[in-house]
Amino acid sequence: MYRKLETAAPPPICFPIRGPRSDYIPRLCGRLKLPRMRHVANWALDAAKLRGATFADVRVVAQRSRALTTKNGKVGSASDAESVGMSVRVLADGAWGFAASAELGRGAVEATAARAVHVAQASARVKTQDIQLAPEKPAVAEWTTPHRIDPFTVSVEQVIELLLKVDSELRSVDGVTLAEANMNFNREEIWYASSQGADIHQTKFSTGAGYAAYAFVDNELQKRSYPNSFGGQWQNKGYELIEELKLVENARRIGEEAVALHRADRCPEGTFDIILDSSQLGLQIHESVGHPIELDRVLGMEANFAGTSFLTLEKLRTLRYGSVLVNVVADARQEHGPGLGTFAYDDEGVPAQCTPIITHGLFTGYLSSRETAHTIGETRSGGTLRAESWNRLPMIRMTNISLLPGENPLSLEQLIASTDHGILMQTNRSWSIDDKRYNFQFGCEIGWEIKNGKRVRMVKNPSYSGITTEFWNSLDAICSRDEWTLWGTPNCGKGQPQQVMGTGHGASPSRFRKIKVGSAYKTM
Amino acid sequence: MLTRDQAADIFNRIRKLSSADEVEVFVAGGHFSLTRFANNTIHQNVTEENYTVSVRTAFGGRTARASTNKFDDESLRQVVRSSESLSKVQHPDPDLLPMPDAREASAESGAPAQKAPSRHFEATAAMTPEFRAEGVKQMVTVAQRHDITTAGVYSSAESVEGIFNSRGLSNWHAQTSAEISITMLAQDSSGWQKANSPDVTLLNPQRLAEIAAQKAMDSAHPREIAPGKYTVILEPAAVLDLVGFMFFDYSGMALLDQRSFLNGRIGTQLFGDNISIRDNVNHPLQTGSPFDGEGVSRQTVSLVENGVIQRVVYARGSAARMKRSEYKDNCGPIAATGHGFLLPNEMGEAPQNIVFDSPRNPQTVDQMIAATERGVLVTRVWYIREVDPFEKIVTGMTRDGTFLVENGRVTGGLRNFRFNQSLIHMLSNVSSMSVPVRASGEEAFDMVVPAMKVNDFNFTEVTKF
Repeated sequence: MYRKLETAAPPPICFPIRGPRSDYIPRLCGRLKLPRMRHVANWALDAAKLRGATFADVRVVAQRSRALTTKNGKVGSASDAESVGMSVRVLADGAWGFAASAELGRGAVEATAARAVHVAQASARVKTQDIQLAPEKPAVAEWTTPHRIDPFTVSVEQVIELLLKVDSELRSVDGVTLAEANMNFNREEIWYASSQGADIHQTKFSTGAGYAAYAFVDNELQKRSYPNSFGGQWQNKGYELIEELKLVENARRIGEEAVALHRADRCPEGTFDIILDSSQLGLQIHESVGHPIELDRVLGMEANFAGTSFLTLEKLRTLRYGSVLVNVVADARQEHGPGLGTFAYDDEGVPAQCTPIITHGLFTGYLSSRETAHTIGETRSGGTLRAESWNRLPMIRMTNISLLPGENPLSLEQLIASTDHGILMQTNRSWSIDDKRYNFQFGCEIGWEIKNGKRVRMVKNPSYSGITTEFWNSLDAICSRDEWTLWGTPNCGKGQPQQVMGTGHGASPSRFRKIKVGSAYKTM
Repeated sequence: MLTRDQAADIFNRIRKLSSADEVEVFVAGGHFSLTRFANNTIHQNVTEENYTVSVRTAFGGRTARASTNKFDDESLRQVVRSSESLSKVQHPDPDLLPMPDAREASAESGAPAQKAPSRHFEATAAMTPEFRAEGVKQMVTVAQRHDITTAGVYSSAESVEGIFNSRGLSNWHAQTSAEISITMLAQDSSGWQKANSPDVTLLNPQRLAEIAAQKAMDSAHPREIAPGKYTVILEPAAVLDLVGFMFFDYSGMALLDQRSFLNGRIGTQLFGDNISIRDNVNHPLQTGSPFDGEGVSRQTVSLVENGVIQRVVYARGSAARMKRSEYKDNCGPIAATGHGFLLPNEMGEAPQNIVFDSPRNPQTVDQMIAATERGVLVTRVWYIREVDPFEKIVTGMTRDGTFLVENGRVTGGLRNFRFNQSLIHMLSNVSSMSVPVRASGEEAFDMVVPAMKVNDFNFTEVTKF
């Protein structure tokens, strides 16, 4: 089974693009006859300053995406999209304003900057204090996601052929009633400049792929996905990710498991030791560590929509978040891996960093920005501000929030062998958590009951629930580096207006003791 | 704002650039502004304008889509080229129908020539950052009076949506929208309200703030009670966010794919006989455009009548496929209803303008409370996800105003619950309902739904607040 997606080895150096250059890369700029981005930035920054901004930054963003899906032997959807625009974020009268426009002519850019200042002045009518930004040395830099194969240079025919091959393998299993497969590519070019002298140009690539087999029998619908559910696996990489995923090789097994689930017993209900596979644990980390540590949530800035956090400022370095085995980092640097949370600079020009979040179980770090760093006594931002697109305000987002692997050699099979009685759960099927990030419930696609160190039977509809800190304090074993995968969540939602962001989560399979299992189907 | 004539001109330019058998262009966008506040301060304030042109080309059963937000000649040339090159490498789809012309688009769905009420209001379009700031100030003043903090949004939008194709179809829709969502946070409790309308003059920020603040005050020092099955009074936003999880199954494509909880259930008594649900874009409390992703007019459709599942909705292609399928004799009426998504897509269609029928004997929420010996009043629900797709069990949390009802009165706040609730069971156990109102939540699209009193609602766990 495909497992090892990432190691701790340094990522490959960015190779020159092999094969024919994409029609789109030079054409996007040449066709649009874009003025040099510095001109656009200068027009905006000068206009903002003229109108009273004390700080301004500009992002010009060009995005390109391709989405291809197949369903039951046919192409389901095929689309290409591009979007180009700019936005200005300003501080005026001590408050924030933000304006965005798709127009890049001088008049439009200056008008957008003026609008941002106007909006900031309206904001200042309802404020309690002026915004202060942590200092940051302005950077001048260029960076591109390390990649071997520009995914937009791969022919659509080749992609469709692969997806249909996967589809054919899935539907070769008798009992599979629906087969869906997808492949997605994104390219994002960002020019960032600030009134403090930052001038940063980054180009990011991301690739994602996955599939699902459904089996509908009588009154029950079962599903199995690979390499992960809800869109598959995503990384900041080129098409080489597809080659690594071994999509076709795993398809038949996935189809067979979807059908076999109908014959399986329902997951028993009660208190059990559970082992979570790497992908499910990645989502657990996302929901019950990644979100609560967002400092804007802690400070109440998301209270109306995404919620707040059970974490409060005085819990930093005092709260026992997990057992002593739990070490979690927020790491946006390249050396962590090609996660969706990897970049060189965030969207306010702060370099990528590694922040220890949980250290031997103790809560040690938040995700912060230039505006929020001082609230936790930091003099520098943690570099986590990102926006979905040119027309969205950057906000604190998870980078790569990863559980570090166990230090001692431990494979999944060894972990199972050391478990007297438990349930192994694989691949997420449902997830839900309260608005302070305490009470959660997760359902998985497939489970295995373990007795005396062996898988004894497949179980269906496994689910578990708990309270965040109690759960993490029950962790008593983590598999080692060989079992560690850096998963990608491409669509983390937050903010108003809502925006999505890619986040990375590295995890090895781990065991948790005495967890409530099965309450999703519990009848009282 | 982009006008219909400007959009039509863009279409004509695209059409001249294309060598495809058929061309369709979908144009959408507008102005959008949002003032966001937290801790009694405006902390984010944004405004944008953007339009997207999405081009679908078709060559003998092959189709694909490309989009751009640039309208210069070279950009349009490129988006046509992208669409055409993607289309040409597709495998021919025998189920792909020719694009409809204007006559077919209205005749297909059989929709009578109803006209939806105008959804464009100048007052909304003219909202300024200062106007929104003053509205926020009113809400903050309410919070300060109660010595609590407030968070929320006040937004405005003016948007357009149009579809044109090479067979002469030309549809256009413009609307405005204003929205207020507010959370009031006390020491250990909170309250929430949300409302939107195309007409900003119908929104009252102060009143919404007062209701949310009262909920926060009334739910202070919440008690913890054991999870279990309770009589629950769900306010309309809570009903919306729950039932919203079933409407993507009311789809012909979902039946064909065998992924709908309605597979094998069309024509059966699935809910209580007090539940009747329609999809009606022309309802005065609804919003949105009156045509679908192919330009077909949206038909008013009766989905559920007295608890019996009547039918599902169809895009043109799904209807044609269903007519040839093995399921055609037990899936209710089969005809294009004008609910399709933009082609090509793998989901088919879904109702998007849900309206619950008014009950025979409507009760207000206060009347439901007065008639409840012991129960729980729920303001809203949160983070709902599907646990079982065929029994339609969903899980989620209560949030921002959960109260104990005893002997006909609200007696205090409660710690929030997790529920695992079958929507089939829920809609089979509704003992009373209010007059339906326009409601807005966070987990589903806006609908016209009643408040509901539900027996044996399944709370499975309690959280710490």
